Amino acid sequence: MNQPLTPNSFRAGPDEEGRFGIFGGRFVAETLMPLILDLQDHWNAAKADPEFKRELDGLNATYTGRPSPLYFAERLTEKLGGAKVYFKRDELNHTGSHKINNCLGQILLARKMSKTRIIAETGAGQHGVATATVCARFGLPCVVYMGATDVERQAPNVFRMKLLGAEVIPVTAGHGTLKDAMNEALRDWVTNVDSTYYLIGTAAGPHPYPELVRELQSVIGKEAKEQMQAAEGRLPDMLVAAVGGGSNAIGLFHPFLDDREVSIVGVEAGGKGLDGEEHCASLTAGSPGVLHGNRTYLLQNSDGQIKEGHSISAGLDYPGIGPEHSWLKESGRVEYVPIMDTEALEAFQLLTRTEGIIPALEPAHALAEVVKRAPKMGKDQIILMNLCGRGDKDVHTAAKHLGVEM
Amino acid sequence: MTTRIEDRFARLRDEGRPALVSFIMGGDPDHETSLGIMKALPEAGADIIELGMPFSDPMADGPAIQKAGLRALKGGASLQKTIDIVKAFRETDTETPVILMGYFNPIYIYGVERFIPAALEAGVDGLIVVDLPPEMDGELCLPALAAGLNFIRLATPTTDDKRLPAVLKNTSGFVYYVSITGITGAAAPDANKVAAAVGRIKNHTDLPVCVGFGVRTAEQAAEIGKGANGVVVGSAIVSAIETSLENGAASGTTVEAAAGVVRELAGGVRGLKA
Repeated sequence: MNQPLTPNSFRAGPDEEGRFGIFGGRFVAETLMPLILDLQDHWNAAKADPEFKRELDGLNATYTGRPSPLYFAERLTEKLGGAKVYFKRDELNHTGSHKINNCLGQILLARKMSKTRIIAETGAGQHGVATATVCARFGLPCVVYMGATDVERQAPNVFRMKLLGAEVIPVTAGHGTLKDAMNEALRDWVTNVDSTYYLIGTAAGPHPYPELVRELQSVIGKEAKEQMQAAEGRLPDMLVAAVGGGSNAIGLFHPFLDDREVSIVGVEAGGKGLDGEEHCASLTAGSPGVLHGNRTYLLQNSDGQIKEGHSISAGLDYPGIGPEHSWLKESGRVEYVPIMDTEALEAFQLLTRTEGIIPALEPAHALAEVVKRAPKMGKDQIILMNLCGRGDKDVHTAAKHLGVEM
Repeated sequence: MTTRIEDRFARLRDEGRPALVSFIMGGDPDHETSLGIMKALPEAGADIIELGMPFSDPMADGPAIQKAGLRALKGGASLQKTIDIVKAFRETDTETPVILMGYFNPIYIYGVERFIPAALEAGVDGLIVVDLPPEMDGELCLPALAAGLNFIRLATPTTDDKRLPAVLKNTSGFVYYVSITGITGAAAPDANKVAAAVGRIKNHTDLPVCVGFGVRTAEQAAEIGKGANGVVVGSAIVSAIETSLENGAASGTTVEAAAGVVRELAGGVRGLKA
C-alpha cells in the first residue's frame, strides 16, 4: 500500500518548488529568498544559453583537462576475480578532484550575475581549493569558511588556498566542522547579499543548488556513458560512488538513472560503525529533517538537533546528504550502503599497490564496496566506479592510521 | 486566533507608545532559571516575549544567540521543555503575548500536527520560524493559522515591493521587520532607513510592524521606536545573561541581569509616550 509508485523517469526532478518527492525545497531566511530566486532565473537562462555552454566546455577541456579518462583496472580485476572494474578518473582533473567541474560552472554564473565576491564552505579543503582556484583564474576575491578542527587536520589544503589568494576563515562556532562552516557561510551571505555569490560545493542546500550542482557534475556520467560504449559496446552493470554531500555520485548516476538494467550503489561513511555515534551514514542510519535549506536525511537526535558526524575522510564528514539522494533511496532506484574507516583504509592501500593510483579516502570508500561486490559477479559483468579524487591530501591521515611517523 | 497579541497592541495604541518585544532563549542557562527570567520580564517592561526554541544550527543568528542556544541544549533543553516553560509561565501570567521563535527542524521532528495543539494548549500566541519563507507555507504556516496560532513573518531589506504582498499574505499578529541584512546582534540599524522601510511595509498592511536585529540600547530602542509599532531586543539580553553566569551556570544575579537590561530598554520606549 505505502510502496511509492515507480515514476516514468527518475531524471525528471526537481519540480518547480525544488522538490524531489518530499525532499529538497527552499528552507531559507527571507533575506536570502530573493537571492535564491534571482539565482534560479540566471541559472535557467544559462542552461538555455549556447554561449554559456561553449565557455564552460572550453574551460573543462583546456583548464580542467576533460574528458577525464575511463580506465580499465586490469590487475585489480584479476585480483578480485569477478566483474571487470573500470574507473572514471576524475582524480586526474586540475586541482585533483571532481570539485572543479562545479566551481567552473558556478563562477561563470556568478560573473553573469555581476557578483564581485565569492564565498564557499569546505570540509577537507578540496572544494575550498577548487573555489580558490577558479577565483584566482577569474580575479575575484574569495573567502572560504572552514571548521577550526578541519583547518588543523588539513593544513596543506589551507596553505594551498592561501597561495591561491583566498582568505580562509576558521570557524569556531558550534563544533568547528563542515556543517558549522556551512552555517557561517550562510551568515556571511545573509550579511553581504548585494556583492556576494555563495559557491556551494555539493548537490545540497536550497533549490536551485542541488539541481545546479548536479547538472554541472553530470559531465562525469555523460562522458562515462559514451566512453563505456566505445570500450565495451554497452552500459556497465553497476555504478559505484562515494556519497558525502553526494555531488560526485549524482554526477555519475544521473545520466544512468533511467537505464534500469544498470544497478547503482552509493557508499556512505560508516566511520567506526553504525552502532555508535561516530559515522556519517545519514541515509542508512539517519532520518528526514530540515537543515541548510533543504529537507533530506540527517543525523539528528529525537529533538531534531543535528549531530556531529565522523569519518576518516573529512570530505564525507557531513551529517546530511543531497536531497536527490534521499529521494533515490526512498524510490528504491539507488542502494546506499556504509563502509567503515578500516575498510576504506584497506582499499586505499590495495589500489595504491595493484594499480599505482593513490586514491582519496572518499573514493576509497567506494572502492571498498567494489572489493566486496566484484568477486560475486560474473567475469562478463562490468562495474564502473567514480574515482573522484586523488589521495595526495590524505597521505598524512593514512600514515597516522597506519602507525607511521612522518 | 488567540487574541493576546491584538489586545496588547490595542492597549499600546491607547498608551501611545511602541511595544518592547524581548527575546530570551528557552532553557538558557537552565530550565528553572529560564522560567524565572521569563516571569520577571513583564514587570521589567517587556510587552511581548519571544521565547527561542534552541537549535544546534541557527544559521541566521549571531554569536550571542548561538551561544545561548548551545547553553540551553547543554542544560538539557528540548522543544518539549520550551513548551513546558510557556505552560508554567501561563500559570501566573495570562496576558503577556508569548511567541516561540526558532528554526523548523525541531518542530518538524516533534511533528507539526502534534506541535500546534501542544503550543496552543501551553498558551503560545504566535510562531516565528526563520527558515520558512512564504514559499514553504504548506509546512507549518497554513495549519498553524487554521488552528488559531499567529504566524509572524520576517520582512527584510531584500524584500522588495513586488515580493511584499506574498510575504504579508499569510502573516498575522504583527510583521517583524529585520532592520539589516545580516544576523542577529550585528551592526546597528540606521533609524531613518528603518522608518522608511516600515512606512513601505505599512503601505501593504494594517498589521503592526516591529523592528529587530541590532538594537542594543535604550537610545536605539527609542530612536527606532519612533517609526515603528515595536522594537525587538534579543542579543543584548542574552549577552547580559551570559555575563552573569559563574562557571557557565546561573548565579544569584542572572535573573536580575536580564530584567535590568529590559528595564533600561523599556525606559527607552516608554520615554516616547506623548
